[in-house]
Amino acid sequence: MKYVNEFRNGDIAAKLARVIASEVNTDRNYRLMEFCGGHTHAIFRFGIQDLMPDNVNFIHGPGCPVCVLPKGRIDSAIKLLQEHDVILCTYADLIRVPASKQMSLLKAKADGADIRMVYSTQDALNIARQNPERQVVFFAIGFETTTPPTTVAIQQAKQQGLSNFSVFCNHLLTPPAMRHILQQDGDQSANIDGILGPSHVSTIIGSQAYNFCATEYHIPIVIAGFEPLDVMQSTLMLIRQLNNDSVTVENEYTRVVTPKGNRKAQALMQEVFELRPTFEWRGLGMMPDSALQIRDAYAEWNTEKRFDVESIVSSDVKNCLCPAILRGLNKPTDCTLFGTVCTPENPMGACMVSSEGSCAAYWSYGRFRQPGLRASQLEKSV
Amino acid sequence: MMRPYSGKLDIRHGLVNMSHGSGGRAMAQLIEQIFMKHFDNELLRQHNDQAAFNVDAGRMVISTDAHVIAPLFFPGGDIGSLSVHGTINDVCMSGATPLYLSAAFIMEEGFPLSELERIVISMAKASRDAGVAVITGDTKVVEKGHGDGIFITTTGVGVIPNGINISGERACPGDVIIISGSIGDHGMAVLSSRENLSFETTLQSDSAALHKLVKKMTEVSPNIHCLRDPTRGGLATTLNELALQSSVGMLLDEQAIPIKPAVVGACELLGLDPLYVANEGKLICICDAADADALLAAMQTDALGRHAAIIGKVVMDEHHMVQMKTSFGGSRVVDWLAGEQLPRIC
Repeated sequence: MKYVNEFRNGDIAAKLARVIASEVNTDRNYRLMEFCGGHTHAIFRFGIQDLMPDNVNFIHGPGCPVCVLPKGRIDSAIKLLQEHDVILCTYADLIRVPASKQMSLLKAKADGADIRMVYSTQDALNIARQNPERQVVFFAIGFETTTPPTTVAIQQAKQQGLSNFSVFCNHLLTPPAMRHILQQDGDQSANIDGILGPSHVSTIIGSQAYNFCATEYHIPIVIAGFEPLDVMQSTLMLIRQLNNDSVTVENEYTRVVTPKGNRKAQALMQEVFELRPTFEWRGLGMMPDSALQIRDAYAEWNTEKRFDVESIVSSDVKNCLCPAILRGLNKPTDCTLFGTVCTPENPMGACMVSSEGSCAAYWSYGRFRQPGLRASQLEKSV
Repeated sequence: MMRPYSGKLDIRHGLVNMSHGSGGRAMAQLIEQIFMKHFDNELLRQHNDQAAFNVDAGRMVISTDAHVIAPLFFPGGDIGSLSVHGTINDVCMSGATPLYLSAAFIMEEGFPLSELERIVISMAKASRDAGVAVITGDTKVVEKGHGDGIFITTTGVGVIPNGINISGERACPGDVIIISGSIGDHGMAVLSSRENLSFETTLQSDSAALHKLVKKMTEVSPNIHCLRDPTRGGLATTLNELALQSSVGMLLDEQAIPIKPAVVGACELLGLDPLYVANEGKLICICDAADADALLAAMQTDALGRHAAIIGKVVMDEHHMVQMKTSFGGSRVVDWLAGEQLPRIC
């Protein structure tokens, strides 16, 4: 299948694995952070870690928008549902995310709240058109990739005078989060040698957006596609940079990503959104200039203005190691909550929420990866 | 016979109303002109609240399955045919020959009689094709807003031939795992016809009764260890159930698992994993390695097993994990699903 099978070819993977094995310097470790959940997902789903030498390890980054959404934002959404009887439209994997007091949108729905799962902002607009007597709120979430469709929806609502539609904006920006992870000092300094950079996000903002990683923090970064061969090729590119002491922004995902990105989408975002002075990320805390809010010119379609939503700041679960896991300082298995009180069925921290979160992925795919249980060894156990 | 009602139901324009569930004339008319008419058989015609029949001596099997599905009609089937196939499959996964079905209909006030008849006609056809008659049933009507159109619960009974002992706890290390055909067709066909999703695809549900295929298999190898149809939760969930029940591990070979390109494509689009997508006309067979080739050959002679393939084996594993060698060259754990499989955001 075009653009699916080509980038999942096992023979090419084996060749790349041999090249990587021959080029790694056995005297050092390569600690590479894949920023996006999509990369984490590919690494586990295709078993990419198995194809790497022992001294090449992936650290799973915070690039899962659902995972880093703080409890307070879901609390606010539940409050909207309860107090204003709105129809809340949301992308599907948000409905399980834990809110305060053991609540979630899934539980609120069971309790009678009108929550609709949508696949696009256009679905949400349609629901607003079909229910003129009800207020319809779109729970907008995601990094720069999902922001342009939200922009278009707000503009369409304005053009069509859809006064019963509004957007509860939770859009986040990737570069500030990357900066936040890299700039911690002392004990909390990130333990990362190189970064596999965002894939779809970069189609919008361009590879140039990450120049600061190299110039300010001296960390090499390779923009990587989400297919498994992309991940392997990008890993090889990072290993070569590290071996040559070179620190630059490289682009492996050239079939989609350009240095400057999608200028039209950027202009649209600029028109509708502005920087939020500060925003809370689950696991990382308050981060300045890391999220977007709707400009005053579009205030009528801003849920927070329309319903006077107060911001609820939530403290993360005690003992949760998410902040350290997201900085590559700990593995999920180092956390005392992992697999005991914190499981995919009952997630506590950010990393267990979506299947792309590092703890959830570790739980699903990597939990029992101790010697004697690798598939290759299992085969011989019969 | 004197009938307690007069005239014909207006099936084309009529709607189910509360009187169709009240036990009075309207209900008798509905039963006679829709259910009796299409399911027609000797046992039903006796008009009793139960059906009595003889069976040969032996081990009997009973299974029940409640069917709720949206949409009610989907490419390759509908709730009617599904309610026949689903229960026949649950009965025959024990190696049993299914004999009879019962059916309970819970209808929502306002449900179009035309759709009810369409469902019953499809159900009657599925039952006739399978040779398993619906011999007793029940109808109830709930007020508008208290149901989702129609729910159908069917129960099936069957008899297991002597010498067959198929059960979920019988998988042993060294056994071979066979799937009867491509996975994920049903789930993706149903998703493709959901109102808010509808994408263009030629995919059809694989909904089918598997008892004839099972009969061919047990004739070739009466010593099959496990049979199970991977419905909700898909191949991954069913194999995890069996691994746990048998206290074993499993090792799959991704490359050997048959999946149609259209299913792969649709799953990619929606961020779903085909291993977890529902099937309604496939079975997993776990058998002694020595029986595998003969079983596979027998399965491939049947239309419902033409694409059967050996996809892995049973191994010793104290954690009862299902693992998979990926086509890409690595390995992964194929875990239980946490909650429902939800499309990923990006």
